[in-house]
Amino acid sequence: MRLKAIVLNTFKEAARNRIFYLLIAFGILFALSSRLVSLLTIGDTVKVLKDIGLAVINFFSVLVAVFTGINLVYKEIDKKTIYNLLSKPISREQFIIGKFLGLALTVLAALAAMALVFFLFLLLTTGSFDAPILLYFLMLYFELLIIIAISLLFSSFSTPILSSIFTLSLYLIGHVLWTYNEFKYKLTEPAGRYLSDVLYYILPNLEKFNIKNAVVMKIPVAGDQILNAMLYALAYILSVLALSIAIFRRREFP
Amino acid sequence: MKALEIKALKKSFRSNFLIKTYRILKGINLNAEKGEIYGFLGPNGAGKTTTIKCILGLITPDSGEILINGSPAVSPKIRNILGFLPENPYFYDYLTGEELLRFSGMLFSLSRVEIRDRTRKLLKRVGLEGKEGLLLKKFSKGMIQRIGLAQALIGDPDFLILDEPFSGLDPIGRKELRDMILALKDEGKTIFFSSHILQDAEMIVDRVGIILDGRIIREGKLHELISHGVQYHEVECTHIDEKVLAGIHSAFIRKDDRIVLRIRLPGEIDTVIGSILREGGSIESVTPVKMTLEEIFLKELQEGKCG
Repeated sequence: MRLKAIVLNTFKEAARNRIFYLLIAFGILFALSSRLVSLLTIGDTVKVLKDIGLAVINFFSVLVAVFTGINLVYKEIDKKTIYNLLSKPISREQFIIGKFLGLALTVLAALAAMALVFFLFLLLTTGSFDAPILLYFLMLYFELLIIIAISLLFSSFSTPILSSIFTLSLYLIGHVLWTYNEFKYKLTEPAGRYLSDVLYYILPNLEKFNIKNAVVMKIPVAGDQILNAMLYALAYILSVLALSIAIFRRREFP
Repeated sequence: MKALEIKALKKSFRSNFLIKTYRILKGINLNAEKGEIYGFLGPNGAGKTTTIKCILGLITPDSGEILINGSPAVSPKIRNILGFLPENPYFYDYLTGEELLRFSGMLFSLSRVEIRDRTRKLLKRVGLEGKEGLLLKKFSKGMIQRIGLAQALIGDPDFLILDEPFSGLDPIGRKELRDMILALKDEGKTIFFSSHILQDAEMIVDRVGIILDGRIIREGKLHELISHGVQYHEVECTHIDEKVLAGIHSAFIRKDDRIVLRIRLPGEIDTVIGSILREGGSIESVTPVKMTLEEIFLKELQEGKCG
């Protein structure tokens, strides 16, 4: 009940913010504009349509995840609503988990809205329902959950601007993390190799969730790969939430 | 039984670069009995809000003990019996008054029916009936204070903590709040409030704790503090010549047709009155003039600062 209250309130806060709708509207608009680009393309226009459309939805859903994630906890502290909340019979663990689940619901709603419009658009343009794209959105959602957990972690001790920079940096690093493994073999110093290894395992490996090329090219994605990515997401999210809770427990609200 | 017991509470904060330590609470001891209205009084910066935040677990004390109904205040469970109204409250302004109460009720794990019933009753009690659908961002300061009190009461708490509840309210709002606090006391609730508006406090408190520079410098029942604070007696008399009166008692002033004597030593009252009557004068009234809470407060502050 208590957790549900925080989850629903978090969702309500995001859902009553105009920026949330603006980001979704822009996401849909730009995704639909892929049609214009595809008209200018020679060759498989449907592939271009999907490629650009999915990339745009990916970009805007990441923006929704980062900006709602960062603002929600920071605002609680900045506007002092947290005094009132934590004076009620809820623990700090419930607060962090409730915020995470509320954000997960918010991002799910944003992603579902963009995905639904894009599906209808594809159906009207190509006349067929492309089921593997559903898998793409599922994987994207898991990636977004990791981003939410990270943004929540930063916002539990930092300002929104710094938190956005940190989270977006980790998002970008997360998509080129494989280069750390390549880089390791170029290093001669054992300490450098060790550091490279540590970073590889600590930083989020978001490329695990990127199956866009396979989906667009209609190459089957192995079940193992999906299961592996989901378990990775779960472990990563739990670790980041545990760290956020540990920080938040010690936090004082003077 | 004690509703609140604070023993040797200390709290300090560090500056941003951890260079300097600011000692805010230097060993607070205070006790509030069940069913009392406790006025926690002190100037700005004395440590009132810091003490309240320690009670609520928003900050962790360096040392000391806080017991609510005999149990340590650190557990979230104890907050089931607590209601809290923060200073200058800010609530989620994207919610309506009714939604805020529903949300608060859910945090107390109340059932849907309980939430609905209590929301209706509380909105009526705080005078916000008919405003339940209005967004909090459209609320005036007085309305925010009212909805703040309603959300503090949603869990039907035994113990209510109000941080500066009178600040920023107009005279009517303050009167209504005083009445509401007295009504809550009649329901058996303990009310602990901080304030620097002493006139309001004086009208309702049972017990007072005066805090200065992180220490309680005076604590006690209000009537005890005030009875200790009788400054002098005023004797009003008529039908007596001032020259004759000057021979009896020198400290007097004339107010229209009456003469008012100010007698500082209680033992002198009978003698003075007897002499006036013997000289043919009439006694109109004898009034003990007590110190107001404000005067006691200022005196304690002065002594506290000197000490």
